Amino acid sequence: MRVSLFVTCLGDRFFADAAADAVRLLRSLDVDVDFPPNQTCCGQPAWNAGHVPEALDMATHTAAVFADSDYVVLPSGSCTAMLRHTYPRLLDSPELAERSYELAEFIVDVLKVIEIGRGLEGRQIAYHHGCHALRELGVEQQPVRLLESAGARVVPWEMDQECCGFGGLFSVKTPEVSVAMADRKLDTLPDVQTVVSADGGCLLQLEGRARRRRMPIRFRSLASTLWEARRGST
Amino acid sequence: MEVRSRDYRERARHIIEDTPDVREAVTAATITFVENRSKAFADLDAEALSRWAEQVKSHALTHLGDYLEEAEARLVERGVHVHWAETASDVHQIFKSIVRENDVQKVVKAKSMLSEELALNPFLESCGVEVFETDLGEYIIQLLGEPPSHIVGPSIHKSLEDTRVLFHERLGTPRDASPERLAAAARDLLRGQFLTADLGVSGGNFLVAETGSIALIENEGNIRLSTSVPRIHVALVGIEKVLPRWTDLPTFLQITSKSATGQPVGTFVSIIQGPGGAAGGEPDGPEEVHVVLVDNGRTRLLADPEVWEALRCVRCGACLNICPVYRQTGGHAYGYVYSGPIGAITNPGLVGLEETWPLPFASTACGACKDVCPVRIPIPDLLHVWRRRAVERGLTSPEEASVLRLWASAATRARLFGWAENLAALVPDWALRRLPMLREWTAGREPPRAAGQTFRERWDEGIE
Repeated sequence: MRVSLFVTCLGDRFFADAAADAVRLLRSLDVDVDFPPNQTCCGQPAWNAGHVPEALDMATHTAAVFADSDYVVLPSGSCTAMLRHTYPRLLDSPELAERSYELAEFIVDVLKVIEIGRGLEGRQIAYHHGCHALRELGVEQQPVRLLESAGARVVPWEMDQECCGFGGLFSVKTPEVSVAMADRKLDTLPDVQTVVSADGGCLLQLEGRARRRRMPIRFRSLASTLWEARRGST
Repeated sequence: MEVRSRDYRERARHIIEDTPDVREAVTAATITFVENRSKAFADLDAEALSRWAEQVKSHALTHLGDYLEEAEARLVERGVHVHWAETASDVHQIFKSIVRENDVQKVVKAKSMLSEELALNPFLESCGVEVFETDLGEYIIQLLGEPPSHIVGPSIHKSLEDTRVLFHERLGTPRDASPERLAAAARDLLRGQFLTADLGVSGGNFLVAETGSIALIENEGNIRLSTSVPRIHVALVGIEKVLPRWTDLPTFLQITSKSATGQPVGTFVSIIQGPGGAAGGEPDGPEEVHVVLVDNGRTRLLADPEVWEALRCVRCGACLNICPVYRQTGGHAYGYVYSGPIGAITNPGLVGLEETWPLPFASTACGACKDVCPVRIPIPDLLHVWRRRAVERGLTSPEEASVLRLWASAATRARLFGWAENLAALVPDWALRRLPMLREWTAGREPPRAAGQTFRERWDEGIE
């Protein structure tokens, strides 16, 4: 099976380790991963801010980059939602949408794999559901099942499905509200050392705020956590 | 009501930083509402109900003229004075003549968000009329001189402690009075007003065209009293409130109550169809009933093919309760009558995008509102329409537009993009903190730590 990794702009710059772990994980599951070099940004920041022509340019570019890919896998729920939900409207074609998957979604729903390893034995994790993965893609159980089947305990968190306050440009245009939202998430965290999420934006937001508050919590991408789960047993 | 939405960010900042109790009060109350709502729908097919409700409301809105005329005919048959008002000043003129002809001295008011749009209280006061809000929450904010902070719970931003202090100062209740004691104090005072008021004013949750019935949902009994005790009753009804059939009403009453507070239905539901004692009409009730059908921007919104669906709203407030942005500030940050997600899509249509353009951006596009809307308003899509228009009309920041244009032109040239990424990584921390946008980020958060190499560089070197 051939898969093109869409690393996404945040992933390329800020989560290169996580993206490399996603590649390792997919390869270990017998997936042939390629990386079309002309990929850039899906255009979501422009779309969300209401700049449609710019978003269209980036969507057109992205659709061309991945035109020949069997599957496009993204280590990001939000960018996947952009491809799945907004591209069909922007580009007037559902074509790329139907081939694009968030990483955990791809592993569980396409590869039909749930047991990836036991490398998370005894770990206590809080899982932050990114809004777009959860509500636009309907990805809710997949990451949790992967983590739990690897031995982690996903600790109940009353605010695990509430927005972290990132929201792309929202975080810098309305920073006071954005930070208050992050605080609500952090203030309700259960007693865990690690918070995992499939979305880079959410991780930057929550980690940036937690570091400012000097909270000793580790923020990990889902891709790296899953690779840890896999590697621990291989 | 004056529109003060352009300084949304400043107002939000002020509330969060200077009045932190507001955030606590609003968060606690909305979380309770959300929990009660999910319990109320637990054993029901909420999606099927919302699909039905969506279809009924959309049908009513696309046949609005017919149904409004049908409602008018039924109401007139039973002796109701029906008025059509296009603007707030039309409504004011209608009240002016009612007040003059009947020598009205005192008004008791049931909760009505529409009356806030129309700035009715200041107008009545300018006519020399004394106005009492009779909903407990509305009464609290009337004493404080504040507008409502929530569609359903107008004083949601106030804590019990706030009310204790207020009532102690204004009504002489003990400083540590129980909630029951506070409610009793308001009740004692308001009971006298109900009995001596000349005129009762209400809104209307629904107007049934088939029967000419105005339905009102409440929990305190103050609407029942306001609409039945005074000699005259005036109901302000937004034209979008119409339902075609009598049999539509029970389900709408239920989904509205369940969505709002989680109650099976409000404690009191009043159905008003005309004055008491008229031939062929109601056996009792006020001597004179007026229904004012108010447009105030609704026709313009209805004619807008991209956003008209906002008019399906039944004002349950479920989207406010679930909205994590709303929860941080309550409604006052939004600077106009309707707050939260529904305000962000409705206010630009009612009073113009120029005055309200920051509101559609007061959202992370998290989509939680869409899932709870009982009439399936596609709120995130409508937010996006207003965002796009704000950009197209040049209302948003020109710097942001330049940055995004640059970003897009780099992102369509992969080489340039990789180069720009590397250049960005070279900017030292102290400089990052001074750049626009990054300055906003770092005011409350540490800047992201860029990994040494980009992924594309690693890929080129080979991933082991």
